[in-house]
Amino acid sequence: MSLSAILSLGQTSLELGLICSLTVLSLFLSYSMLNVCDLSTDGCFTLGAAVGAVVAIAGYPYLSLFAAMGAGIVSGFVTALLQTRMGVDSLLAGIIVNTGLYSVNIAVMGGASLLNMNKTVTVFTKVKDLIKGTALSGQYKLIVAVVAVAIIYVFLNLFLRTRLGLAIRATGNNPDMVRSSSIDPRFTTTVGLCVSNSFTALSGCLLAQAQKSVSIDIGQGMVTVALASLLIGGTVLGRGGIPKRAFGVILGAFLFRLVYAIALRFRMPAYMLKLVSALIVIIAISAPYLKRRLPELRRRFGRDPREGGQADA
Amino acid sequence: MLKLEHVSKTFNPGTPDAKLALNDLTLHIKQGDFVTIIGANGAGKSTLFNAICGSFQTDRGKIVLGGEDITFTPAHKRAKDIGCLFQDPMRGTAPGMTVEENLSLAAGGGGWLSCVSAKTRQHFRDCVAQLDMGLENRMTQPVGLLSGGQRQALTLVMATLVPPRLLLLDEHTAALDPGTADKVLSLTKRVVSENKLTCLMITHNMGGALELGNRTLMMDSGRVVLDFEGEQRKGLTVDDLLRLFKQGTGRALDNDRMLLS
Repeated sequence: MSLSAILSLGQTSLELGLICSLTVLSLFLSYSMLNVCDLSTDGCFTLGAAVGAVVAIAGYPYLSLFAAMGAGIVSGFVTALLQTRMGVDSLLAGIIVNTGLYSVNIAVMGGASLLNMNKTVTVFTKVKDLIKGTALSGQYKLIVAVVAVAIIYVFLNLFLRTRLGLAIRATGNNPDMVRSSSIDPRFTTTVGLCVSNSFTALSGCLLAQAQKSVSIDIGQGMVTVALASLLIGGTVLGRGGIPKRAFGVILGAFLFRLVYAIALRFRMPAYMLKLVSALIVIIAISAPYLKRRLPELRRRFGRDPREGGQADA
Repeated sequence: MLKLEHVSKTFNPGTPDAKLALNDLTLHIKQGDFVTIIGANGAGKSTLFNAICGSFQTDRGKIVLGGEDITFTPAHKRAKDIGCLFQDPMRGTAPGMTVEENLSLAAGGGGWLSCVSAKTRQHFRDCVAQLDMGLENRMTQPVGLLSGGQRQALTLVMATLVPPRLLLLDEHTAALDPGTADKVLSLTKRVVSENKLTCLMITHNMGGALELGNRTLMMDSGRVVLDFEGEQRKGLTVDDLLRLFKQGTGRALDNDRMLLS
């Protein structure tokens, strides 16, 4: 493989990884902080892509980002409403919203399941025009992705330091303690899901605009891919403060894309992506569990050298 | 200060497991009272506390705190006026968050988007330093790394950081080793007297229940069966309690844990 091929591989992974890391940051908030596995992520990602595309096609490239985030907030609000005020189990709430969003998304795209943005002015083409002729002219996708991720990263860090952010973290940790601090955990869950879903929708919006098209299945399996990235990030950077962990999450998204891109180089068919992410999630979640059970399994199957009547057994 | 009027609560109503946990209970607590509550398992002591702090809705009756009817007030709103400590030291703190972060949540105040100032941080350190457990040097460590006793002591600080109008202590030292339990108990006494808190404390230590505070209640089958305060309570012994219990209910108190401790 030539150097330029390696570089382009790294760059594509970086662009895709950064754009999708927004979804991973979203799960960092909902899954790691709030302890809610938000299964509406797939639908919300597509919603962001669809709303962003429609608004951009209508001629408002910058507004498209905020419109997508707004749509994400609404979606998160509905998911939260179901689980905090209407007695729907939190996993089920996500699945229900996800199903409903399929119809909503097609409706947003005007009944089509595919929208083309080849001639559309998007944030990417805007930046491309802006830096035309400079040394960075080829890097417009990367620039947009870096700026978006940096803004969300800084926002998330500041947000989690506020009283509201602390309350959201505590809600996932010990809801009883939140209640005894005179804070309604239903409120913190709602705010948390609104914020996290706005990130997911922004992520979808940027991906659609980067690849100049949106299809109804753009978000398919996104929750698993993002979970895989989240868990990879956690493994790579380990424990630490929020800034470090959030950075690990972004790194995880990049690493995931890099491994995937390399696998593609070695002629792994593109459709294997979802299976690979599923396997990564399975390994990442079950490995610590199996590791805990290892001593017991060893004893049962007699491989433990300590099991021999020795004094220290 | 606190009034419960004819409060009843049945768990699992309409099933063979139906349990009348509070039976037409009426109780008046005066401002500044330190009340100890004893009773066998299943007497309704913890149910009484849960009814007061709003963990569930009662079936009948009225709860009034400081002149305000709180019967239908949700738990998190009652928490402004009522501090609770439970037997389980894990229940009052968020293990994944640091000592400082736990305290800032408990401290309340400030807007949703406010952050903790350096001055408040110093105040937290001072509060925690009074525990004499070295926690002031562990402000940025996750609470999950602390021992049960340290967590319970921290919960006590959190519950009284903003002095509540009413403090409920549900066997809050029962899960701790004897040394730590003594420490947390003496801390409790100090905090209560310093802030002149109105306090209800459930205990299984009958001797301790008579020494501590100014009033003692004994509960049985969801009712208050014995209630002593003032002169009546002075000179009362554990044996007296057992005898009076038998007179009142027609049976002996069968609770080894209470008798042995």
